[in-house]
Amino acid sequence: MAHGHNSKEKVVFVGDSRVKKNSMVNIPPDFTSFPGKSEAFIPYFLLKEWMVGVVVLVGFLVLTIAHPAPLGYPADPMNAAFIPMPDWYFLFMYQLLKYPYVSGDYVVLGVMGIPGLAFGALLLAPFLDTGKERRFYRRPIASSLMLLSLISCVYLTKVSWDHYQHQLEESGTKPEHIVREEKAREAYEKGQPAPSAVKRAKPVAIVAEDDPAYGLIKQNCMACHATDLNGGSGIPALRGIGDQFSLEELHDVVTNGNGNMPAFKDKLSTAEIDQIATWLSKQKKAAE
Amino acid sequence: MFKGIYNWIDERLDITPMWRDVADHEVPEHVNPAHHFSAFVYCFGGLTFFITVIQILSGMFLTMYYVPDIINAYASVDYLQHKVAFGGIVRAMHHWGASLVIVMMFLHTLRVFFTGSYKAPREMNWVVGMLIFFIMLGLGLTGYLLPWDNKAYFATKVTLQIAESVPYLGPYIKELLNGGEIVGAQTLTRFFAIHVFFLPGALLALLAAHFFMIRKQGISGPL
Ligand code: HEC
Ligand code: HEM
Repeated sequence: MAHGHNSKEKVVFVGDSRVKKNSMVNIPPDFTSFPGKSEAFIPYFLLKEWMVGVVVLVGFLVLTIAHPAPLGYPADPMNAAFIPMPDWYFLFMYQLLKYPYVSGDYVVLGVMGIPGLAFGALLLAPFLDTGKERRFYRRPIASSLMLLSLISCVYLTKVSWDHYQHQLEESGTKPEHIVREEKAREAYEKGQPAPSAVKRAKPVAIVAEDDPAYGLIKQNCMACHATDLNGGSGIPALRGIGDQFSLEELHDVVTNGNGNMPAFKDKLSTAEIDQIATWLSKQKKAAE
Repeated sequence: MFKGIYNWIDERLDITPMWRDVADHEVPEHVNPAHHFSAFVYCFGGLTFFITVIQILSGMFLTMYYVPDIINAYASVDYLQHKVAFGGIVRAMHHWGASLVIVMMFLHTLRVFFTGSYKAPREMNWVVGMLIFFIMLGLGLTGYLLPWDNKAYFATKVTLQIAESVPYLGPYIKELLNGGEIVGAQTLTRFFAIHVFFLPGALLALLAAHFFMIRKQGISGPL
């Protein structure tokens, strides 16, 4: 046999495989060094733990049913009024960055200095606090630093939250998920289906394509508003424009222009502009 | 019959030593709340793990409906929340669980800190624990963007602005997370990948190291 039980070999293999024979017998760590009544993890302790776990789970499920996860309105990058808020456990850092000596010119101190020091010290705690003493009241420096950081975190979080509530009150806004919930409840009480916040961009059809006014549009407007009248790169679509503007408003925009939109009062006759405005006002989204 | 199956496998793979390693150990009196009620502080690690399991399971169910692109992300969450049977509960579990797991982890960290359990020979386990802590915060941060509502969008924008103000590395970190100049389609897919693959992978590896070390060293002795 190629690798028999030759005791001179350094490594002894099991059978004719390459599995090394384990010289260490697996004996679980001895707990007799601890005083008192120890208990087998499996099954006795695990069973008790599981019972506590079940109670926790039921409590948790009750919470999830009583308080659905919040959902606001779809992200709209153009929404300038929205008050940004991180999740609660980041508030202490968010608030920290609002103080003068850790923001602006000193922002390095706010994003790196203080959090770096705090989390660095926490990460390396075993190497900073190397004494043998384990009881917290015999480790006054470590314990008081920890308590101090805890108190500051709670304080910063509270200030941040109060400030947010204040901002909401001042600007008279309600968080979107609450607005949504209220609208859904109203609809429910009226027996209507819940309003959907999802905007499906259904293509709006062009209405009255055989109207002679469409010819005028082709000649005068498509260069900018695109041949499919969907607009693009800062130029609004003309499809469905009748839903946004009244006949008079359309008449005015085409006659006098608006911003980058040129005035047509010199290029077209009033009758033609009338025709165009009437045609535009017919551009409404088909009823669903 | 189970005995038979166990023996059949054991004959071939010799799993008894493994089983002993994993499960066969004693729980000493000073950490057992049945003996000393104050020992409940030693349960926070187990509870953190329990909630972590809930997070992983509920997250797996969420990805059955969630679509990580800017046009459909919100709509898919909305659909899950309002149309799918029990979808609201699964989402609420993941949402509130994310906060609860942070709370539990916090309490666990404080227990370990105030009982001085991070001291020799458990230094490495404390460091691994802190890395888990950062991973958890990362999971919270990246998960926050995924519903793609205004709250998600603007909070992420601010976060990335803050990341950008880190000296030297800031702009690179920002671009890496952003996947471009703006918070947009790329940002969402990146945050999704980080939230669902990168960080959970790292978390599982670190948890394995954490538990391995606890079993190897045993729980710290009474004070
Ligand atoms: C030189 C390019 C150009 C041409 C040609 C042009 N438009 Fe415009 N139009 C614009 C721009 C740019 C705007 C956006 C103006 C703004 O809001 O600043 C606009 C806005 C509008 C609006 C207002 C829509 C809104 O949502 O604000 C209407 C209505 C309109 N155009 C109709 C027409 C019609 C009808 C014609 C053809 C007779 C026409 N436009 C030709 C560039 C053009
Ligand atoms: C997902 C997160 C975590 C899980 C699931 C977890 C789980 C556990 C469990 C089950 C124990 C056994 C003792 C107990 O339950 O208290 C433990 C011990 C320990 N944990 Fe964690 N933990 C996590 C995060 C952390 C963090 C953030 C730290 C600190 C930085 C940490 C440091 C330690 C240390 C040092 C021990 C050994 C304590 C002793 O022997 O007394 N853990 N962990």
